[in-house]
Amino acid sequence: WDPGQTVHLLFMYVCVMLHRTHNQMKTYLLQNSEDIRCKCICPPYRDIEGQIYKQNVSLKDCNCLHVVEPMPVDGKDVEAYCLRCECKYEERSSGTIKVTIIMYLSILGLLLLYMVYLTLLEPMLKRRLFGHSQLIQSDDDVGDQQPFANAHNVLSRSHSRPNMLNKVEHAQQRWRRQVQEQRKSVFDRHVVLS
Amino acid sequence: MAAFLVFECCNQFLSCRFSSGSNYAMSNGGGVASSTTHLLDFLEEPIPGVGTYDDFHTIDWVREKCKDRERHRKINSKKKESAWEFTKSLYDAWSGWLVVTLTGLASGALAGLIDIAADWMNDLKEGVCLSAMWFNHEQCCWTSNETTFAERDKCPQWKSWAELILGQAEGPGSYIMNYFMYIYWALSFAFLAVCLVKVFAPYACGSGIPEIKTILSGFIIRGYLGKWTLMIKTITLVLAVASGLSLGKEGPLVHVACCCGNIFSYLFPKYSKNEVLSAASAAGVSVAFGAPIGGVLFSLEEVSYYFPLKTLWRSFFAALVAAFVLRSINPFGNSRLVLFYVEYHTPWYLFELIPFILLGVFGGLWGAFFIRANIAWCRRRKSTRFGKYPVLEVILVAAITAVVAFPNPYTRQNTSELIKELFTDCGPLESSQLCQYRSQMNGSKAFTDNPNRPAGPGVYSAMWQLCLALIFKIIMTIFTFGLKVPSGLFIPSMAIGAIAGRIVGIAVEQLAYYHHDWFLFKEWCEVGADCITPGLYAMVGAAACLGGVTRMTVSLVVIVFELTGGLEYIVPLMAAVMTSKWVGDAFGREGIYEAHIRLNGYPFLDAKEEFTHTTLAREVMRPRRSDPPLAVLTQDDLTVEELQSVINETSYNGFPVIVSKESQRLVGFALRRDITIAIENARRKQEGIMLNSRVYFTQHAPTLPADSPRPLKLRSILDMSPFTVTDHTPMEIVVDIFRKLGLRQCLVTHNGRLLGIITKKDILRHMAQMANQDPESIMFN
Repeated sequence: WDPGQTVHLLFMYVCVMLHRTHNQMKTYLLQNSEDIRCKCICPPYRDIEGQIYKQNVSLKDCNCLHVVEPMPVDGKDVEAYCLRCECKYEERSSGTIKVTIIMYLSILGLLLLYMVYLTLLEPMLKRRLFGHSQLIQSDDDVGDQQPFANAHNVLSRSHSRPNMLNKVEHAQQRWRRQVQEQRKSVFDRHVVLS
Repeated sequence: MAAFLVFECCNQFLSCRFSSGSNYAMSNGGGVASSTTHLLDFLEEPIPGVGTYDDFHTIDWVREKCKDRERHRKINSKKKESAWEFTKSLYDAWSGWLVVTLTGLASGALAGLIDIAADWMNDLKEGVCLSAMWFNHEQCCWTSNETTFAERDKCPQWKSWAELILGQAEGPGSYIMNYFMYIYWALSFAFLAVCLVKVFAPYACGSGIPEIKTILSGFIIRGYLGKWTLMIKTITLVLAVASGLSLGKEGPLVHVACCCGNIFSYLFPKYSKNEVLSAASAAGVSVAFGAPIGGVLFSLEEVSYYFPLKTLWRSFFAALVAAFVLRSINPFGNSRLVLFYVEYHTPWYLFELIPFILLGVFGGLWGAFFIRANIAWCRRRKSTRFGKYPVLEVILVAAITAVVAFPNPYTRQNTSELIKELFTDCGPLESSQLCQYRSQMNGSKAFTDNPNRPAGPGVYSAMWQLCLALIFKIIMTIFTFGLKVPSGLFIPSMAIGAIAGRIVGIAVEQLAYYHHDWFLFKEWCEVGADCITPGLYAMVGAAACLGGVTRMTVSLVVIVFELTGGLEYIVPLMAAVMTSKWVGDAFGREGIYEAHIRLNGYPFLDAKEEFTHTTLAREVMRPRRSDPPLAVLTQDDLTVEELQSVINETSYNGFPVIVSKESQRLVGFALRRDITIAIENARRKQEGIMLNSRVYFTQHAPTLPADSPRPLKLRSILDMSPFTVTDHTPMEIVVDIFRKLGLRQCLVTHNGRLLGIITKKDILRHMAQMANQDPESIMFN
């Protein structure tokens, strides 16, 4: 049994799987053959009005003769008409657009829910659980008035909390305090970012 | 053997300047007694937290560079020890490139997300695409064959709100319904944006470029480039742009890119953050405009403070990576990076320099007017009760913008699309209202390609609407820049300039047609030939207005010519940009970003300004005659209690340490934050430290009576080589020293004795006083 051979086999397996997923992704993203088009704009000619022609053909067929159908002029004028037309090949990825919009809307929705929870539900829940409002107003001085308390904060940060839940709770409290300080600087005291 | 070990360990734990004294003693004296004291030193661990900075404080660059060099020396010296150390040194060298690459990738990806989402949400105000809800108007009608030459956006899959709700597409009822839905969507987007900013990340509002400039010059704003700020800025930027407010997304994109850079630099914590931020801002502008070289020059000219050549190469790399990623996402389906990429190669004529210079003058005048008006409005927002209602303010501005913008088709559409339409020259393939010229011949001869024709009624009505749009945009942008949502300035300024330019271009074109026998036109313009290109005038106008408001020079010209691909137009662009800069400078030397920095009182020492006054150091230093004497610490006379009282009673950031009150000779400088952390640490870790313990900054403890408590040694936090100047040094030299070395404070001596201190804040106040501005507006240290 040769370990080198196993590595070689593993490597080939990974390559095949990657290739397969890549093909699948490509077919998924480009599943619309409508994602390619050739757009020909033909300006007004004599008494024929301006027109726009679109077809999904590939790059090699993207010219006036293939796309402009039905041709509005007869044989001798076709060349003159086609000279004035401008044909462009365009490609887009509708899969990317779909994924992006869905991702954006879901993040926006989550943030909105969290915002509603923070501003409306949490104070209500806290008030119910703790009876009278025990909402602790944290001391938000920037540290100049109490230099030694600030030093205390800096040093205590290096202690580690053993409990996972405590850690999450602690991090969230710290984040809320930071945001409150930021809000004070920006909105109340107008110190930063007028 | 023990001495050798101790020597090695001392090298590791003490930083470069602080350890120089002990090394000297080591190499000279190494007796048993000194080695035991150094053993005690080595047992003392580095105090955690020493060397960090408080929020809203300035960085001391000399200290930071020293730490960086020390780290490099350490890594290089260990490089040869083992293969592991060698790989670590390679990793250290390559980590810079890795960070910059990751930043470019992230910026490109986020810019693609923002572009796609903003386009979609913008069109959401008009209607929806029934077949595929995630397509905007243009993408919805992409494959449809019902689009005609005259109306390129009509297709049955796209339904406006009136059609969906009322069932009919035309008529006064549907107009009113569309109007109402437009206002509703605009208000809800603006409200959502400001609420998200207020609740989650208040630092995400505004443009971000003034604050990034200040951060790069060495100021700490904690959380400004953090994860939450990044996420909220991305999300609310899309909402703010989609709500139809008169703002752009270029400045916020720079902030987003810098956040990415900052976050990635935490993965490689020892790498210089400044380089990453400079490279990230280059990447931000590169994806905003599709102009990588322009982005690098923008980072060099506007944003960065120190820009060594190493940063230039990395910034270029980041900008290219970001542009490449954006291109492969291909948001607009035509492989162009920016919506208004136009390329034409029609020539321009020398006499056209006159209207170009006029456009430059307009740009400069508008820039000066905008800066004054915007700063006055922001100052009122800062100081009066009006600033207490940010959410209401945003809703009000969005409502006014939506109500006035809907009737005019040029303000209803996306500003980027407006700019593209104005930049595009009228050819046979265009059918917009702006290109409805009257044909000279009647039906028999074909429509000729040249646009030198009299303007039809379509063009005249378009000109009226454009004039109204210009006035509207000029007024609304003053109130919009500085709102509590992410707001940029580039696109509105370019729009104003493009409108003005196009109007001037059409006017010159009609002049050339009706008076083609004038001397000027006869020389250069042939009758029936293509002479004036109004699209070019729009481009020059856009560049002039942007230059007038930001006072950029090289970077602006490069950005605009990368946008258009026309090297032929360098001369008109430069003429207009230079004229607008000169005219703008005649009214005030600062661009909009420097004006906002001054409004907020950030401690930013502008490297571009020259200090030309003849004051001396002793006129600027503190303490002045009326002030209390300088707060100093003696090197071995104080007790812990006295030290704490000095710190509690004053609010200075640092204290000079002198030998004794009689001699006033300087020993070093100690920072307030370091002292407090060291005392707290000593209280916890060392035993026997009491309130009347002696504090000493010397190498050896002073002789104390036998029953006194254990003394506290604070030598490790003392900076032994502070910068000093004599009191007769001219301020020009002092300002130069501060700029070039990035100092935070500098001590002033007279005949070898300590006299006073000059800090960066004192210098800024002095410069403000010399320029007859309010010196009390400098707020931070």
